[in-house]
Amino acid sequence: MSATLAAGPARDARVADQLSRRRRRASNMVKLLCLVATGIGLAFLALILATLLWLGVSGLSLTVFTRPTLPPGSGGGLLNAIVGSLIQTALGTAIGTPIGLMVGTYLSEYARGSTLGNVVRFVSDVLLSAPSILIGLFVYEVAVQPMGGFTGLAGSLALAVIVIPIVVRTTEDMLALIPVSLREAAVALGAPKWKSIVFVCYRAALDGIATGVLLAIARVAGETAPLLFTSLGNLNWSVSLGQPMASLPVTIYQYAGSAFDDWVQLAWVGALLITFGVLALNIVARVVLRKRT
Amino acid sequence: MTDAEHIVKRYDEELARLRGLMTDMGGMVESQVAAACDAILLRDGDAAARAVELDPRVDAMEHEAEQFVIRMLALRQPMAQDLRQIVASLKMTGDLERIGDYAANVAKRSIVLKEFPAPYSLTGLAHMARLVQDQLKLIIDAIGENDMDKALQVWRGDTQIDEIYNALFRELITYMMEDARNITACTHLLFIAKNLERIGDHATNIAETVYYAITGAPLSDARPKGDTSAYAVVRRHD
Amino acid sequence: MSTTMNDSSERPAGAKAADGAPAPARIAINDLDFFYGSHKALTNINLAFPTRQVTGMIGPSGCGKSTLLRVLNRMYDLYPGQRATGQVMMDGVNIISPDIDLNQLRSRIGMVFQKPTPFPMTIYDNIAFGVKLHERLSKSAMDERVEWSLTRAALWGEVKDRLNGSAMGLSGGQQQRLCIARTIAVRPEVILLDEPTSALDPISTLKIEELIDELKRDFTIAIVTHNMQQAARCADQVAFFYLGEMVEAGSATQMFTTPRERRTQEYITGRFG
Repeated sequence: MSATLAAGPARDARVADQLSRRRRRASNMVKLLCLVATGIGLAFLALILATLLWLGVSGLSLTVFTRPTLPPGSGGGLLNAIVGSLIQTALGTAIGTPIGLMVGTYLSEYARGSTLGNVVRFVSDVLLSAPSILIGLFVYEVAVQPMGGFTGLAGSLALAVIVIPIVVRTTEDMLALIPVSLREAAVALGAPKWKSIVFVCYRAALDGIATGVLLAIARVAGETAPLLFTSLGNLNWSVSLGQPMASLPVTIYQYAGSAFDDWVQLAWVGALLITFGVLALNIVARVVLRKRT
Repeated sequence: MTDAEHIVKRYDEELARLRGLMTDMGGMVESQVAAACDAILLRDGDAAARAVELDPRVDAMEHEAEQFVIRMLALRQPMAQDLRQIVASLKMTGDLERIGDYAANVAKRSIVLKEFPAPYSLTGLAHMARLVQDQLKLIIDAIGENDMDKALQVWRGDTQIDEIYNALFRELITYMMEDARNITACTHLLFIAKNLERIGDHATNIAETVYYAITGAPLSDARPKGDTSAYAVVRRHD
Repeated sequence: MSTTMNDSSERPAGAKAADGAPAPARIAINDLDFFYGSHKALTNINLAFPTRQVTGMIGPSGCGKSTLLRVLNRMYDLYPGQRATGQVMMDGVNIISPDIDLNQLRSRIGMVFQKPTPFPMTIYDNIAFGVKLHERLSKSAMDERVEWSLTRAALWGEVKDRLNGSAMGLSGGQQQRLCIARTIAVRPEVILLDEPTSALDPISTLKIEELIDELKRDFTIAIVTHNMQQAARCADQVAFFYLGEMVEAGSATQMFTTPRERRTQEYITGRFG
């Protein structure tokens, strides 16, 4: 290297060449590692889906959707489990979403930097990562015991408790991404705060919030543990919220470990249904949202 | 006024260059006027030729300054004192160019005058020429140094030139009335005196421009006006 | 309407209407101080905004010009810890007093921001949103108002066939004109413009400037700008701010040809620092 620092390409060409080659080698190395890691992840996913399809599709038939669960060997289906899952997931989401939405809005719009806000945020985050069996136990204590039995309603409540922190987090995060200028623009027109939140911020954050809700639905659709303590499962046809209610995850749990081949087969079918149901929900939501914006 | 430097250094350089152009042009005009005065007072034919030859160079310089000002206006979008100085430069080149024209005219007339015997003493004209040259020198210093006091001094000094001009006017008319053979020479002298007086006026214009460039206020409210020759009448002595 | 402000003797030199008579002040600021927490951002501001004239506010970043704009429509109320003391008089009322109805005030003093901020809805709804906050209009009256404001904002011709399209699909310049349309649709008396063209290309900028010239026939306008030439082109009156103080105010012509204060001079001729 020359002692004086002058502008211009007075560098040693050989050194520059070496450095360039080393950089390229390092870059290729990192790229390779990333590809391998991605490959491993994808391989497991593909394996799971392939196993599901392999073992599930063979058991798929119309009776799965038309008949409730029956004793082994009598050609039962999963109708009561499917309907039970749909009811409990829908109800749980319907109860949890508005609460989560409002808490998230409170955290983002009203409680910036306040102590209460920080406490609520912390609690919500703890709830987010709490083992779901704890939530089942909690609802068992506060709902099942006082009501004197396992019910579909209690199951829905347990799912709602899981939905809430997910929606809180995504709502808060999504609202925080809305630029301040947009809120100020609404306020500058003479809009009260709540109107600027509801009509402008929610609209701007709609995609994110909807994604959060979908995530929550996907999560609770596959939950087993909280339902074991709350809606228990029901081998008979029942859509009453006051009675124990069947659900796909609980049914899978019961059937998969049984000694009867047709039940095991049905468990695989149930797993297939949940997986592809959630997948379909995601895809539909994405398509619909993209069309809107 | 502020002496702080511009953030863009090139801008300062350009303003300095503009000021340099003005003083160069002023110096050239100054020597042109000096040569023209020598041509009449000393009946110096070479000086007359020099004064006439300088004229196209002064014109070229005016053109250069104009181009430079237009470029600065377009590129720098000057404001406040810069804007005033740049626009003032544009006006001053016009005045300087006119002064050059008058000097050339005086020089040309001096060549004609050489053919005639001097009819009388040129003391009065010499006095006027010296005053005009002093004014010119002072105003060019004022441009170069951005000196408001010198500009004011020039502005006030113009009355004196006007008074001498009035005196010369009467004097020359008297000569013409006394002897008709003097008419050609005296008419030329009259125009020469008028040209010198006009040079003084342009120096005053420049003084006003310099004053405005520095202060931002106009200086034309009470312009000293001493030229009363428009009303002068010389009666025949009976 | 009260006339108490109109006989204020401290009127800036530039506050002259076209006929030479002094224009009455639409808003008059007296001895205003402003604080961000304990930091004093504006000190002893006295400035009048003449009716139906454009007041340009210039100065280096952080000099307080935008802060002053945000005092006028009480935008600072959104943020705890920000407070103003002094008087901002409009129709004889001090609009920085705590018992002012802010939503109503903001309907009288509209604001357009630096970056275009279209709402994520249709062009039509962007305009209707503000109007609905303050008025109950029939569908046809609303249609009329939307057309009127878009026309005033010189945007109608470009969007009349896509009123139900998303406002996010407009170009930057169009979005900013939409924001202006949205603001005037509420029919305010004063419009505050906070560097409205700093994110726009030169042609869009000129369109906005032309628009400002057009709008001042009906509205009193205050514009904050970093572009000196823009202030010279748009403003009738110009105020120069530095370090939280108003150094000087005067007619645009006076300010840009013969500013009185040395600091103004140094700033507008590019000699700062």
